[in-house]
Amino acid sequence: MKNSTTSLVSEQAFSELVIGNTAIVRAMVESGVRVVTSYPGSPTPEIAEAISSIPIEKRPFYFEYSTNEKVATEIAFGATMNGHTSCVFFKSVGINVAADSFVQLGFYNLLGGMVVVLGDDPGANSSQNEQDNRHLAALSYIPIFEPASPKEVYTMFKEAVSIARKKQMPVILRLTTHVCHAKQKIDFQAYKAKKYDWAPSFDNTKGPFIAITTRALEMKRNARKKLAEFAEYSDKSEFNTIINNSNKERGIITFGATFLSLQDILQEATNKKPDILKLGIPYPIPKKLILEFLSSHKEVRILEELDNLLEKELKAMAYENKLSCKITGKQSDEEWIGEYTPDKVQDLLQKQWPDLFPKPQTISKPLYSAPARPPQLCPGCGHRPVFTALSKHLKPEDITVGDIGCHTLGFLPPHNIGQIVVSMGHSVSTGSGLAIGNKERRVIAFVGDSTFYHAAMPGIVNAVFNKHKITLVVLPNGTTGMTGHQNHPGTGENFNEIVDAIPVKQVLEGLGVKNIRECDAYNQNKFIEHIESSFQDEGFSVVIAEHPCMLKKTREDKKAGKFLGNKIEVRNDMCKLLMTCIQKFACPTFQIMDDGQVIAHPDLCIGDGSCMQTCEAKALRNKKKEQQKD
Amino acid sequence: MKSETFNIYIIGVGGQGLGLLSETIARAAAYSGINVCGTDTHGLAQRGGMVDSTIRLGENVFSPLIRKNDADLVIGMEINESLRGVNDYLKPKGTLVYYSVSWQPLPVRLGKEKEVKKSMLEESCKTKEAKIFEANMDNLKDSRMQNVVLLGVLAKNQLIPGIEPKHYKQALSDLLNHKILESNIEVFEKIVG
Repeated sequence: MKNSTTSLVSEQAFSELVIGNTAIVRAMVESGVRVVTSYPGSPTPEIAEAISSIPIEKRPFYFEYSTNEKVATEIAFGATMNGHTSCVFFKSVGINVAADSFVQLGFYNLLGGMVVVLGDDPGANSSQNEQDNRHLAALSYIPIFEPASPKEVYTMFKEAVSIARKKQMPVILRLTTHVCHAKQKIDFQAYKAKKYDWAPSFDNTKGPFIAITTRALEMKRNARKKLAEFAEYSDKSEFNTIINNSNKERGIITFGATFLSLQDILQEATNKKPDILKLGIPYPIPKKLILEFLSSHKEVRILEELDNLLEKELKAMAYENKLSCKITGKQSDEEWIGEYTPDKVQDLLQKQWPDLFPKPQTISKPLYSAPARPPQLCPGCGHRPVFTALSKHLKPEDITVGDIGCHTLGFLPPHNIGQIVVSMGHSVSTGSGLAIGNKERRVIAFVGDSTFYHAAMPGIVNAVFNKHKITLVVLPNGTTGMTGHQNHPGTGENFNEIVDAIPVKQVLEGLGVKNIRECDAYNQNKFIEHIESSFQDEGFSVVIAEHPCMLKKTREDKKAGKFLGNKIEVRNDMCKLLMTCIQKFACPTFQIMDDGQVIAHPDLCIGDGSCMQTCEAKALRNKKKEQQKD
Repeated sequence: MKSETFNIYIIGVGGQGLGLLSETIARAAAYSGINVCGTDTHGLAQRGGMVDSTIRLGENVFSPLIRKNDADLVIGMEINESLRGVNDYLKPKGTLVYYSVSWQPLPVRLGKEKEVKKSMLEESCKTKEAKIFEANMDNLKDSRMQNVVLLGVLAKNQLIPGIEPKHYKQALSDLLNHKILESNIEVFEKIVG
């Protein structure tokens, strides 16, 4: 889908309805960022989608999807050390992978400047937690800009670049899910594309660039000094603003998308609206501005999504300055959990100041509840036959370890495969740990292909090296599935060009794995044969069960006019209502009609035929293919 | 909330083309000169799970999110999800437009929960004194064109104040390439008349 009808590199000013993620790319173009890197992860992958809308020959910067967030951070670090302004972006938990290098960034004089775009995920919409990455910024002495809307994303990114370049430092642009994905019309400015000199300007006299022993402490001083200078800027910055409602009694301090929730609900206020201090820079905070605000209000409520960093700092400031202002922050665990939506913010303020809003209307309870709809594997997904076969074959005491990716969904009924998941690439090593001292319960771990290259390889080397007795099932589908079909080292294509694929099997052989078996993921009998053989192996074994992502393939086939439109038909004359297709295989295609008959839903079925082997009554047939034979 | 604000909540199942429907309406609103903001579900929920989108029209909209029971219009792309949309977001005296197709969620297929029927949806709208419009068209080339059928019903009944059929068409032509555009416009015009 096009996000923008005007080219993002157009030198003319233009207005366009875009999401925050698209707005960043225009800001990159205007501000002369030259190297951009990432590893795909929600809520940020649409930044790369917007980049891909610019043909490579017109793209004023280099972009790559790197193999993981740490690698992406280091590429951006290396590039800025050559004087090129760089930017790295990734999902919230991506920073945990990047952390080893990320926490050092502030220590260095980053010669071209660097902006780190973080996609935090309050509400854990698509992440395994809702960690507040302001902690990581504070840990690393790196300042944060936090926009509330796509318009602010655009302006703040440009400001972040300008400071990062001038001060030769890293600056974070912290986004949250509904800032990344919020849509808004933005007036983009005109700019003049400049011819860029790519001459490498790395100069080790501008260091120190090696943080060891006493130098590390010197370099920490450098980071603290730059942060202090930034704090001075923060106190003067127009991104921190006061909305004056002439209320000397009540004030609210907030930042990010919470500010928009607040503005929305205050339209309904019946009592005098509180003054608002909206921070665009939540770290380091503008102390003077905040002191003035606290001193000039009797009561101040802090509306702070996720953790209470701001609250602690403000209360300490009030104590030091002997302020009489009553400061209220988080009152219960619920205020630490979930997104600060307009509904949530209204609830919080209602409790704080019951006279602020009219009494809420009571709306009668729904007559019927809608059935839950957990996410599930797509029709034709190669993971489904694997999980169906395993859930039939494994013993109840066997332990299955999932990883991050589409196959994580195997944990849901009816398959219940993948009983424990922690983080990207953990499965081999968690599985290895579960196998120590364990002679009774077999351990099977899973990993998808993108995750395999991302973080699973060190665990595999370790399993070989330390002779851990587990079976790893690698499930290559030729793409980064869950995040929206990005390429990875196994696909034979990077973001920019066709390259040699680095096949999973070849990597495994290179890592010293002796026992490797392969089959198509659709072939349940062969797969189970391989699993059984792997249990007989000594030490570590791998089964590769490969099948292309059928969602991606079907989309591509439809686009190319190659989709045959085959459909599976349930033959009523043969169907014995065994319900295996629904209860054991669980392809969303199979539905139960009011009369109890089973059908293959024509909107959903892609005619892949992976279901046919599961029906013991042989009532499934692939309609068109058979007709063609006749 | 000021009277001119108009909130639209769209709900469906991952794979139905909700993103396109939402983007078309938002762009159509922009073409008609209305200030617009909104947001879509992305990421994990797309895999056969519930997906939703918000569009907010008017001069005084800030957050892209809609509050519970505050949608003037709920657009349901699937019958089970339509009930969820009505229960959670439809404003009393609002409007529901839904496409009458069922993509049974897993608990329904496993016999653990009940499938939503047309009568349940009608009764639920009645308790909220809401208007209800059903959309459906047989023999569509691609099930993803169901969203253009919904657009047609919106346009024909002028369910979004200020947006005219030409604005929807303008938005569609931004978003679809030539061949697909033609067949979609055909379906759209068949409904609008």
